Amino acid sequence: MQAAAEQFKATVTLPADDQILITREFDAPRHLVYRAWTTPELVRRWWSGKRGEVTLAEIDLRVGGAWRYVMTAHGEFEVGFHGEYREIVENERIVSTEVYEGAPDAEALNTLTLTERDGRTTMTILVAHQSTSNRDMHVNSGMEGGMNESLDALERVAQSLR
Amino acid sequence: MARAATTTDVFNAIAEPRRRELLDELADGERSVNELVERLRLTQPLVSKHLRVLREVGAVRVRDDGRRRLYSVDAGALKPIHDWVSGYEQMWSERFDALDTVLDELKRQEHDDAGSS
Repeated sequence: MQAAAEQFKATVTLPADDQILITREFDAPRHLVYRAWTTPELVRRWWSGKRGEVTLAEIDLRVGGAWRYVMTAHGEFEVGFHGEYREIVENERIVSTEVYEGAPDAEALNTLTLTERDGRTTMTILVAHQSTSNRDMHVNSGMEGGMNESLDALERVAQSLR
Repeated sequence: MARAATTTDVFNAIAEPRRRELLDELADGERSVNELVERLRLTQPLVSKHLRVLREVGAVRVRDDGRRRLYSVDAGALKPIHDWVSGYEQMWSERFDALDTVLDELKRQEHDDAGSS
């Protein structure tokens, strides 16, 4: 069990000053991972993780086509992301731009790659920013999310003490 | 929140895949250069070069043990980076866990479709 959990753990590394690399293995063939990644009804089910509800997922899957995801986090505030598809190789590779609508000047270029081996798929997402500060801001967004969760937990504890 | 300049250096130092392998080896405990050469199947000058970079940013410590020099990880130096990235990693982990559930369903559907055709 331990080994399996370790194997399917997401890893985040910072291969260069302005880049983020996310890697994760999935116990599914890559055409299914690709489908889950590019079908709006399916994206709505996973993209927010545990942080809220996906309220919008639009995907115009063609080169030059736009995508936009919106999530309502913790039932409080909305966060939106959008971009444009630059390169599409079905089941293999998607290159797209990404803008966090809270910081519209910081556009990143994301390269998703899927490689399959023995029915399992390794996903890599390389996020390339235009500067270190934009990259750092992007990484910080995860930390803020985590902090919000901690604050929520704290609030629950505080309320239970009343 | 901006990172301190020294942290940036640690980031750069551990961005190199070989250096991450070195840190992985050292995670289990102290090792000499020769042990690292043997385990990683790299040349001694290359191992020494990477160790020097890791030492310069404080990621690795060294102590003399008789005629050997033993290297170990300085977890304190690496913790800020770990903490900084872990929130972001956690967000993706949650996303991917939800994606696992979707994929399990897609696999079942595909299996059922194959069975009925």
